[in-house]
Amino acid sequence: MQQHEKLVMMANQIAKAFAAQGEARAVPQIAKHIQDFWDPRMRRGILEHLANGGAGLDPLALAALRQLHPAPQAGAHQA
Amino acid sequence: MTLVNEIDYGTPASKSEKMVTLTIDGVEVTVPEGTSIMRAAMELGTQIPKLCATDSIEAFGSCRLCLVEIEGRPGTPASCTTPAMNGLVVHTQTSRLKQLRRGVMELYISDHPLDCLTCAANGDCELQDMAGAVGLRDVRYGYDGANHVFAKAKDGAANDAWMPKDESNPYFTYDPSKCIVCNRCVRACEEVQGTFALTIAGRGFESRVAAGMSENFLDSECVSCGACVQACPTATLSEKSLIDIGQPEHSVVTTCAYCGVGCSFKAEMRGEEVVRMVPYKDGKANRGHSCVKGRFAWGYTTHKERILKPMVRDKITDPWRETTWEEAIDRVVSEFKRIQFQYGRDAVGGITSSRCTNEETFLVQKLIRAGFGVNNVDTCARVCHSPTGYGLRTAFGTSAGTQDFDSVEDSDVMLVIGANPTDAHPVFASRMKKRLRAGAKLIVVDPRRIDLVRSVHIEAAHHLPLLPGTNVAVLTAMAHVIVTEGLVNEKFVRERCEMDDFQEWAAFVAEERHSPEAVAKFTGVDPAELRAAARLYATGGNAAIYYGLGVTEHSQGSTTVMAIANLAMVTGNLGRRGVGVNPLRGQNNVQGSCDMGSFPHEFSGYRHVSDDGVRATFEAMWGTKLNPEPGLRIPNMLDAAVEGTFRGLYIQGEDILQSDPDTTHVSAGLAAMECVVVQDLFLNETANYAHVFLPGSTFLEKDGTFTNAERRIQLVRRVMTPRNGYADWEITQLLAHGFGLDWNYTHPSQVMDEIAALTPTFKNVSFKKIEEMGSVQWPCNDANPEGSPIMHATTFARGKGKFMLTEYVPTDERTGPRFPLLLTTGRILSQYNVGAQTRRTENVMWHDEDRLEIHPHDAEQRGIKEGDWVRIQSRAGETALRALITDRVAPGVVYTTFHHPLTQANVITTDFSDWATNCPEYKVTAVQVGLSNGPTQYQEDYDAFARASRRIAAAEAAE
Ligand code: SF4
Ligand code: SF4
Ligand code: SF4
Ligand code: FES
Repeated sequence: MQQHEKLVMMANQIAKAFAAQGEARAVPQIAKHIQDFWDPRMRRGILEHLANGGAGLDPLALAALRQLHPAPQAGAHQA
Repeated sequence: MTLVNEIDYGTPASKSEKMVTLTIDGVEVTVPEGTSIMRAAMELGTQIPKLCATDSIEAFGSCRLCLVEIEGRPGTPASCTTPAMNGLVVHTQTSRLKQLRRGVMELYISDHPLDCLTCAANGDCELQDMAGAVGLRDVRYGYDGANHVFAKAKDGAANDAWMPKDESNPYFTYDPSKCIVCNRCVRACEEVQGTFALTIAGRGFESRVAAGMSENFLDSECVSCGACVQACPTATLSEKSLIDIGQPEHSVVTTCAYCGVGCSFKAEMRGEEVVRMVPYKDGKANRGHSCVKGRFAWGYTTHKERILKPMVRDKITDPWRETTWEEAIDRVVSEFKRIQFQYGRDAVGGITSSRCTNEETFLVQKLIRAGFGVNNVDTCARVCHSPTGYGLRTAFGTSAGTQDFDSVEDSDVMLVIGANPTDAHPVFASRMKKRLRAGAKLIVVDPRRIDLVRSVHIEAAHHLPLLPGTNVAVLTAMAHVIVTEGLVNEKFVRERCEMDDFQEWAAFVAEERHSPEAVAKFTGVDPAELRAAARLYATGGNAAIYYGLGVTEHSQGSTTVMAIANLAMVTGNLGRRGVGVNPLRGQNNVQGSCDMGSFPHEFSGYRHVSDDGVRATFEAMWGTKLNPEPGLRIPNMLDAAVEGTFRGLYIQGEDILQSDPDTTHVSAGLAAMECVVVQDLFLNETANYAHVFLPGSTFLEKDGTFTNAERRIQLVRRVMTPRNGYADWEITQLLAHGFGLDWNYTHPSQVMDEIAALTPTFKNVSFKKIEEMGSVQWPCNDANPEGSPIMHATTFARGKGKFMLTEYVPTDERTGPRFPLLLTTGRILSQYNVGAQTRRTENVMWHDEDRLEIHPHDAEQRGIKEGDWVRIQSRAGETALRALITDRVAPGVVYTTFHHPLTQANVITTDFSDWATNCPEYKVTAVQVGLSNGPTQYQEDYDAFARASRRIAAAEAAE
């Protein structure tokens, strides 16, 4: 599975777990979950995918990702 | 150093709160009602001679050695079976008693070999002691008559009463010629272990202990727990290691390094050699009991395959080269620095071990966060109980079980979900079974008919054999019954929980689509049984939930944990003894490794890395800036490795290649890395992909603490010098120095002090405190200075309990025409996890291969017979195993364990995982099964690859 496909699958799974609470409450919780548990490169990856049209994303996941803070950029020489 | 001596009070303690006072040998003593006279005397320090009594089992009254005289009562009652009563005046030593006791001893000795000097129990034999205590000076009866001692009579005729030694069990022997038929072993097997493997066969003089149907021990139902060996007052049942080595001269109390029960043991030693491990009565987790792993399977610590020197290699196709610690450490440091320079700081990370101590785990995550400057740290709990952490934290506010093990003694109903305690948590299972035999009711929710469902004197009230993957639907249906049938504990809900959430939840579960009838078509569970089970749980008295990996290792693992929490809250089964939500944790320190901040988003005590206040305390203590962004979890690390953004991994004491799902993906990830460092006892499967191997140490070789499934922190004590040179925490410290960290720990207690200073729930924990109390359960802080056996007594850690909506989302892993069966996985008693340790002990005698359990119906359809090689295919891969045909699994479900590397069960498990935590979905894989003629090509190739990868260059070839 391609990396972005996997991220889409994970985001959709999270969206489904909160879906029962209704869109208004679910969306911020989905966004927070991704913010809290995904490392910056994963967040960048899914945001890139979103920028490219976000194919395959569940509507709730899509809405949540639009609220996601941009992840910090990785510099190659910060070590 | 000396032996830790434990007092044998002769009979178990009484739990009565009513006290009685009596006089024994002129001294008054007050004891709880129901205490035996024998025990009351021992409280005063008076040891009444005894043979058939010991305080782990109920009195039996057969040996007649413990006689006493009571003023005003006729005769000489047995003190072990006579209860203490107000006003009794007891004499333990009179001329009549002396004479009676000598007579009894004389009879025993006349049918006992007099080879004390060469007997393994010499110096630790109660028969010997009693002969001394009663002043036995001669034995009037000769040995010429009937006896069990000699194989042949003097005239050479065979002695039919004599029986040869049974040495079939790899760890202990049974020598019938030394048996005094005191029945202690039989009762220990029944009362303590609950296996009922032993009986007294025959009557009168003929009688002798027999295992099973007079089989040898190995072929009987015996599970080799050792309880009988420990109860035996003579050398009849003796550890082989004791026979081999001799009596120990000192002992040290320590904690088992196998499972999450956390049994306390005395390591009985001669110098630095372990003579035997004996379960410790004061251990609060095990109360003097043990299982075959902790009691006997420690031989791996000196196994010849253990690696004792550091090794390096440039490529994983090269043979290993032994080297010095300096070179190995330098290699890791320079490689990690190079990788970080080349690919970015985030390109490295590490994995902490659930087998290592809290202190070691804490240091590994500290090295990663403070030394590597990243939060890419994770632990094997990812693949087992991470959903527990997430789910319980959401509902209650803490990521841990709510009870101590003792709590089970007050349970009236036990609901066991996705756990197989008799195999995975044997000592706790014995305690459950004891309570079940005393009348508590049992509900089992499991696809497989686990042993607990029906065993000697135990029968589950309800077994709900659900289809793998439908936990959430079944538990929500139970909630449906409770809500719609008016079984809600309204007082508890009103006082203790968030009302808005509750009301929304109650309306949700009450929907018709969640009824047992509606869900039956995909769960496979009989609605009437489900209703009855829900009613029993809600109304049967104190109800406790015990659950295991069958709950967490699913794509809805976290949701299932929340559904469990909902059930406990809605019925008010929280906050007192006998109730609660209890995850049965797998590895010995999986609770501890989670507590210690092993997750990429959390510091110790479950505090998010983005919390500026928390981070500031760590930054101040560690003197460095820390990263506020969550790091990668194990599956994410592997994905990132394949993608090329993750290149260096330090793994302490885990074998992710064998234990993690989707082996091909794991090996692709590992193979893509440029520096994999494995610190372990053996060249494990992951080490096949490693570039540096740092030899680790065993629990016998270090000090530290483990935290068991009941949040109990217990000491691990060093009893021998590390054979590899260093304890694991010292190795991490050497690495830290390489990364410029100025650590100067000289003892793990200093690490615990740092943990306490940084972690509010550990504030009052210290080695000193644990030493004084024996063990302590966190939270241990100013609010709970003595620790917390039971949590959430008056309020939840988060304040009010939170009901969560638990929508059932079917896993993407569905069966279809190509993969019509569901595979689920588990473990068995004698082996531990990936088996790296237990496979290197005699425990292999009980489980020398993993088998595929398949229902007779599914087997017949495929022409599979018992023992046939079968191929199992999933969309991830295929492997082959031999079949075991059984109706323990339902039609449509197959089951296997994964203790042996050749099994490669994880080649077929997929990379689906829990939505919240990425805990892999081990428990459901859609598969097809068909006949095959042996191991698959993959298995054979892998075996060849593993052999090649384990080559170590001959010493002279190195430099
Ligand atoms: S070892 Fe345990 S199971 Fe086996 S006979 Fe003894 S008490 Fe019973
Ligand atoms: S084997 Fe030991 S414990 Fe069992 S009856 Fe014989 S002497 Fe007693
Ligand atoms: S493996 Fe578990 S149950 Fe067995 S002795 Fe060790 S801690 Fe106890
Ligand atoms: S110890 Fe009391 S009868 Fe044996």
